[in-house]
Amino acid sequence: MASSKKSSASKSSPRLEVKKTYKLYINGTFPRSESGRVYEVSNSKNGFVANPSLASRKDLRDAVVAARAAQSGWAKATAYNRGQILYRIAEMLEGRADQFASEIALASGVTAKKAHDEVLTAIDRWVWYAGWSDKLSAAFGATNPVSGPYYNFTIPEPQGVIAVAPAESFLALIDAIAPAIVSGNTVIALVPGSAAIAAMTFAEVLATSDLPAGVLNILTGSHDELAPWAASHMDIDGFDVSGIDKKKRTDLKVAGAENLKRIHSFDGAISPTRIYAFMEAKTVWHPIGV
Amino acid sequence: MTFEYAPAPESRAIVDIKAKYGHFIDGKFVPGKKHFATINPATEEVLSQISLGGASDVDKAVAAAQKAYTKTWSKLSGKERGKYLYRIARILQERAREFAVLETLDNGKPIRETRDIDIPLVAAHFFYHAGWADKLDYAGLGKSPQPHGVAGQIIPWNFPLLMLAWKVAPALATGNTVVLKPAETTSLTALLFAEVCQQAELPDGVVNIVTGDGSTGAAIVNHPGIHKIAFTGSTDVGKKIARAIAGTNKKATLELGGKGANIVFDDAPLDETVEGIVNGIFFNQGHVCCAGSRLILQEGIADELIEKLKVRMAKIRVGDPLDKNTDLGAINSREQLSKIQELATAGEAEGAERWSPACNLSAKGFWFAPTIFTGVTQAHRIAREEIFGPVLSILTFRTPQEAIEKANNTPFGLSAGVWSEKGSRILWATQQLRAGVVWANTFNKFDPASPFGGYKESGWGREGGKHGLAAYLKEGK
Repeated sequence: MASSKKSSASKSSPRLEVKKTYKLYINGTFPRSESGRVYEVSNSKNGFVANPSLASRKDLRDAVVAARAAQSGWAKATAYNRGQILYRIAEMLEGRADQFASEIALASGVTAKKAHDEVLTAIDRWVWYAGWSDKLSAAFGATNPVSGPYYNFTIPEPQGVIAVAPAESFLALIDAIAPAIVSGNTVIALVPGSAAIAAMTFAEVLATSDLPAGVLNILTGSHDELAPWAASHMDIDGFDVSGIDKKKRTDLKVAGAENLKRIHSFDGAISPTRIYAFMEAKTVWHPIGV
Repeated sequence: MTFEYAPAPESRAIVDIKAKYGHFIDGKFVPGKKHFATINPATEEVLSQISLGGASDVDKAVAAAQKAYTKTWSKLSGKERGKYLYRIARILQERAREFAVLETLDNGKPIRETRDIDIPLVAAHFFYHAGWADKLDYAGLGKSPQPHGVAGQIIPWNFPLLMLAWKVAPALATGNTVVLKPAETTSLTALLFAEVCQQAELPDGVVNIVTGDGSTGAAIVNHPGIHKIAFTGSTDVGKKIARAIAGTNKKATLELGGKGANIVFDDAPLDETVEGIVNGIFFNQGHVCCAGSRLILQEGIADELIEKLKVRMAKIRVGDPLDKNTDLGAINSREQLSKIQELATAGEAEGAERWSPACNLSAKGFWFAPTIFTGVTQAHRIAREEIFGPVLSILTFRTPQEAIEKANNTPFGLSAGVWSEKGSRILWATQQLRAGVVWANTFNKFDPASPFGGYKESGWGREGGKHGLAAYLKEGK
């Protein structure tokens, strides 16, 4: 969202700013919510900001279909390739850092300086996670010295489709999605409240960063509405509930038990264990002999 | 040609089964209030009376484990903890035959398996984890990873002492203390293990054993003094546990059900493959969560392989578990036998073709002949549900892609098998299979250094290897 103070073409009639329609990001496209609903983002400092889409259960289900379809291809991409694509996201963000900072400041009401710092931190997180793509086997794999003539090794693999419900900030969104996708998972991000503004501009970054369609899907709206559907969805393998109030996590975990969903929450620290939380260890045995 | 075998029974004189057992709490055997019988499933002979643990027994055990954790076990260095585990491993080796006979009597599995597989693996598990106790900084969990506290462990009846070892060894090595509940039908070897703890002079309360049924297990899961749950058993109970601990800070590892696919490509060495198939489904009477219970054959070799399999199955010796020649022992309980019978009947009713070799099954005890079903489709219950018995469902495929799709078409994801002589095909298939353990040109192999556990609804977490330690530790700095 550009500043409304942009200069006009002629002095006599000031140019009216062209505002963006905030939609969802599903399967590499920008649909409106099938429900036709929006919600208002505004704050006391900046007044009305925008009407992002209020995603529905149906939007979530569409996003899961897209994420599932994209998953095996994304997991099959080489680790080098995935690392480069994540790094490319950092490059795309860097070029638009000022835009993100101004949007974050506008939507959340934080100071320009704070918003800018948040964007730079987010960019560095992408760089950090990008570098993990080809080191996960070294950190979380093993060759195992079993007692017998067998070659035995363990490798970490992505779990599949992961939903994330980050807190209401741009950095929290990045902290949830980067560790989930770097290993080869595909993701549905449930972005709450005012974080929708930067999140949907971030979707434009994704659309130009070689990330295959469906790998990352962004729904904006309400955790209270969407998280229970995500928790009970049988084709979602894992759920990062870091942005959801602790008391509300209990019901989500109860619902998620139906397919033994891996439900985790994390504090703000970056850690490779945040990646591994949404991976599975596979152990392979083969006899050795002539 | 038919071979005749003279009986070769292992003597049961080596075991001394008491008429009645209590719980093992705070280093001592304490009498229980109510009791239930534990029987030999091969003969229905009552072996002993086992205490039915209630909430107050669990309370006492958790209090003892908590006290042992704060007063002794967490203050001990890793080096000293490790030495206790080495002691336990050595005593288990010394008393291995006693454990093997007792396990066979209580569980019904052949002495050949308890003697050569279960008990040696138990000792190996303690020996392996003993070495980790003072090396946890190298487990990939940061510097000085910390134990959770008291681990509540609930184990199944299919590998009673082995599952105890899988749970207790890593818990103690990482500095946790334990409240363990053995399965209702197979408590005896756990209670003998309590004696091993005494002989090893393990500090009181570090290992507590409360016997009982599902209600005893629920009391452990719901006890506020438990910090970590480790459960091996059915997916249904696993989901109940997941719901029960949803609002708590309890950590959990769950090793649950499976419906393992065993894929045979048309270039597989058929005779070796047949041995692997037999081991995959008839090992331990098929009471194996990772059993290769769905055989998925490439069409071109299906008929030939099924014929070879039938010839081989006719040579499986079903009978007295204590006989050293026995391949297939008794079904563990009447309840489990009914479940197997019910599913086998459903297999026939849904149109699959059932075959078993001629078997003389004893009238006493619980027995089920090794059985295969051909003409099975993915919709059949016997292709979808865990039978947990010596029953194999056979499906076919044409293209490798179809094999993978069939193999992965299940909510489970514990194990899978691949048979082929082509290296690249094996690696491709192992990559595609959504399962925690993949055996290529082998099946049902286990080792303490090898992580075990499932994808999807087969559970949470891993046991064994470096990966298994993570379940018992909080990440360090």
